[in-house]
Amino acid sequence: MAFVTWFKRNVVVIAGLLTLAYLLLPNVVVTVFSFNRPKGRFNYQWQEFSTDAWRDPCGVSGLCESLGLSLQIAFWATLGATLLGTMIAFALVRYRFRARGAVNSLIFLPMAMPEVVMAASLLTLFLNMGAELGFWTVLIAHIMFCLSFVVVAVKARVMSMDPRLEQAAQDLYAGPVQTFLRVTLPIAAPGIAAGALLAFALSFDDFIITNFNAGSTVTFPMFVWGSAQRGTPVQINVIGTAMFVVAVLLVLVSMAVGNRRKRQKA
Amino acid sequence: MKTTEETTAGGGDVRLTGISKTYGDFTAVHPLDLTVPEGSFFALLGASGCGKTTTLRMIAGLEEPTAGTVHLGDQDVTALPPYKRPVNTVFQSYALFPHLDIYENVAFGLRRRGIKSVKKQVEEMLELVQLGEQARKKPHQLSGGQQQRVAVARALINHPKVLLLDEPLGALDLKLRRQMQLELKRIQTEVGITFVHVTHDQEEAMTMADCVAVMNAGRVEQLGTPADLYENPRTTFVANFLGTSNFIGAEVDSTSGDDIVLKAGGGKLVLHRARASAPATTGGKILAGVRPEKISLTHADDAGGIPEGRNRITGRITESSFIGVSTQFVVDSPVCPDFEVYVQNVDRDARLVPGAEVVLHWNPAHTFGLDAAQDVDAGVGTAEEEVA
Repeated sequence: MAFVTWFKRNVVVIAGLLTLAYLLLPNVVVTVFSFNRPKGRFNYQWQEFSTDAWRDPCGVSGLCESLGLSLQIAFWATLGATLLGTMIAFALVRYRFRARGAVNSLIFLPMAMPEVVMAASLLTLFLNMGAELGFWTVLIAHIMFCLSFVVVAVKARVMSMDPRLEQAAQDLYAGPVQTFLRVTLPIAAPGIAAGALLAFALSFDDFIITNFNAGSTVTFPMFVWGSAQRGTPVQINVIGTAMFVVAVLLVLVSMAVGNRRKRQKA
Repeated sequence: MKTTEETTAGGGDVRLTGISKTYGDFTAVHPLDLTVPEGSFFALLGASGCGKTTTLRMIAGLEEPTAGTVHLGDQDVTALPPYKRPVNTVFQSYALFPHLDIYENVAFGLRRRGIKSVKKQVEEMLELVQLGEQARKKPHQLSGGQQQRVAVARALINHPKVLLLDEPLGALDLKLRRQMQLELKRIQTEVGITFVHVTHDQEEAMTMADCVAVMNAGRVEQLGTPADLYENPRTTFVANFLGTSNFIGAEVDSTSGDDIVLKAGGGKLVLHRARASAPATTGGKILAGVRPEKISLTHADDAGGIPEGRNRITGRITESSFIGVSTQFVVDSPVCPDFEVYVQNVDRDARLVPGAEVVLHWNPAHTFGLDAAQDVDAGVGTAEEEVA
């Protein structure tokens, strides 16, 4: 009886913890196996604890090159998609123009299109144009599919923004540039940041579109896929774990900064 | 207005000349001339959609006039963008910058004009609006009344030639609104800047402003001091929008000296010529108006005691409601089916209950005459509708 009461009281917490475990278990596996010393080429069975891979993350040929390339593409794709997407979002919310409704729905199409179909079509397009497959075709493709996500994130923010704030800024002697830098941009910033983070994550681990359009260029997801055919080096887990830790650290730092600011204001 | 000729230098006058605004087929503001004298507290009063906010925004530069010019003193500012006009606005929803704290909100205008040492001025301004303690809070942490004061401080710190207030008290509850009315009036007297205040609340306009322009459907119906507008409305709209009026459709019987004698429902009423805003020719129609509080109510049995020379009308009480300081009666009379009368509760006559036959009488000087060719109900209820 006591157990039933206890269970009833804590059922929400238990459900929450189980869901969290479900979410995090794959990450735990990645982390644990980054400390494995496998027998043979496949890192699928636990053998013994070792920090070999952590001490030599670039020990597998091509891995760090592919990682560098992926980071580079993700950076430029994020920049391009965020710039274009932010401008599109502002245009869609602020201005009434012909075909505004159509643009509003067309923007979502890339999100709805099956990725593999889009990848194949893009390849057709690039081949017909006679474009050389590589860094640039991948970057163009990434900016394209990141754009929709940035537009959605920024649009939500801009829509909830009172246009009178900009009028107030103008009324208080801020010219158009000052108004944008001092009022519009800071208020839209959380939406833009969310869009940019999303774009980075999407670009960094995209495989399907990249694989079709990369030619002989190898990004990190392509490297992992390729090596999985022949054997999985522990270094892949090391990189994965490192990315995870960096992301968690970033979140923690931003939360700490936010909390301290709040405490200062109060 | 008289003041225009007197102050030709006009450092802080606002002069609108033939200014109008149309959106496609819709005319928000018909060509209008208006002069707001320097240092005055000026109210633009009207129901929603009457063009008062558009007029204000054209002064601020946030709306481009379709035609006409805006002058501040001797300077033509019509073509200047808002950030180059020496004018500041207190917006209806305050429009405080949510990402900046109160201090930075107030300092915004100074910083944009490149003023480096803002600390002293900002602190003084926050003291003026009694918000010194709140300087480091964000706008959303303040109450409505406090946010309103920040909006005023943020505008006033720039020492504008004119401060524009767009329904600044609309979002506040009644008690706070009363308090802020006095506060704004105090600040205006203290800083001596010209205030142009847009409101739909006739009571607010009358309490605060030195001069009120009543707007209706994109036009200024009448301009004057609150007392003048109340006592001498020139249209039924103004008469009904500012308080309550009773109207009697009458015919001009004769004129003698300064008096016009009117014929209404078999009785005679006297109207002073100076108070008739429509021409009175014998046989012509005129609307005779009188405010409910100017009227005395006497039971029909005592009618003999009413002094000579007063306008009188007979009727029967249909409703009475006790308000505390006064009792409001509705009287059915042959000339007007629902004559409103407010009687101060000094000596209450117990016979004045619904059904009682009564005589209404008032000093002829309190009668005003309007053009009979107007809608008697113009402006009735418009103010209340908007509040709801």
